[in-house]
Amino acid sequence: MSEAAMTNTGGVLPGGLGGVTSDFSADKQSFHVPWGKAMMWIFLLSDTFIFSCFLISYMTVRMSTADPWPLPSEVFALSFGGDPIPLILIAIMTFVLITSSGTMALAVNMGYRKDRNKTFWLMVATAALGATFVGMQAFEWTKLIVDEGVRPWGNPMGAAQFGSSFFMITGFHGMHVSAGVIYLLWVAFRVKNGFYEKRGGNYEIVEIAGLYWHFVDLVWVFIFAFFYLW
Amino acid sequence: MASSEGQQHPLGIYFWIWGLLFLISFFSYMVDYLQFHGMLRWSLILIFMFVKAGFIIAIFMHMKWERMALQLAILLPPIFIAVFIGIMSLEGDYTFLTRIEFFGESSFVPQSPHH
Repeated sequence: MSEAAMTNTGGVLPGGLGGVTSDFSADKQSFHVPWGKAMMWIFLLSDTFIFSCFLISYMTVRMSTADPWPLPSEVFALSFGGDPIPLILIAIMTFVLITSSGTMALAVNMGYRKDRNKTFWLMVATAALGATFVGMQAFEWTKLIVDEGVRPWGNPMGAAQFGSSFFMITGFHGMHVSAGVIYLLWVAFRVKNGFYEKRGGNYEIVEIAGLYWHFVDLVWVFIFAFFYLW
Repeated sequence: MASSEGQQHPLGIYFWIWGLLFLISFFSYMVDYLQFHGMLRWSLILIFMFVKAGFIIAIFMHMKWERMALQLAILLPPIFIAVFIGIMSLEGDYTFLTRIEFFGESSFVPQSPHH
């Protein structure tokens, strides 16, 4: 996992816990990764705390309400002419997001191989899948607001807190996906027009953008488990 | 494994993990589709969730190959979230019991969603 690693100057760094001590007591830098990547990780850690606050407040209101909680399995069911299939739209959205995570992982790999064309198209595919996800979410919101009468202050199917939790959590996640789509397209077009070639052909930025995208998928794993399945 | 060289790994591992994520997502959907209830449902949801999250962080986000200093700096602070969950579930229980005590049982009549 963390064996000895080479420093830029050719020295050898110790691994394991001794490595932690030596890294944090280093004169110059603790994390032997590009600074952009370290900053992205720290941003994602802070974002973890934001989403945790949302999910924990959802847990608290769901535990404390005396009214029955609406059954997500029924609320998010969708019928294609026949009997409604439980949670089907959410399942499709989950698969769309996982597919996009896969294409992103491949884009990062192709970036390090300096295959600009493949990196570009894989990132565009990732962004397209992300946009599909947001589109399906817009459909889901519309259905909930217009057909089912869900409002942040109440709904006919159960506890009033259902609406506020739902709009807050999925809205914030959808906003992250939308921002990610723009970010990915931005980086993808810079990969294509050779922007990073002029800067020494360094494609770490693709991995940094990838970290953000995988995080968005990661948050969805938790939302899917706690909001839709629980 | 020098991180300054960037994270380069064989493509095979990504396809493997990609497939596994699909499979586990399908399993978690089946938990709902087959209408499991109670402890069985909750433990299956949590197991599938943590396995999926673990694969995404370890492989897709390359955490497995990072140095331990970065791993600990990112993965240890979320322990506080567990503490927060504990505190807030006590609070949630207390509020629920207080509501039952003072307002009585809910008289809410839920309607079925129309499709």
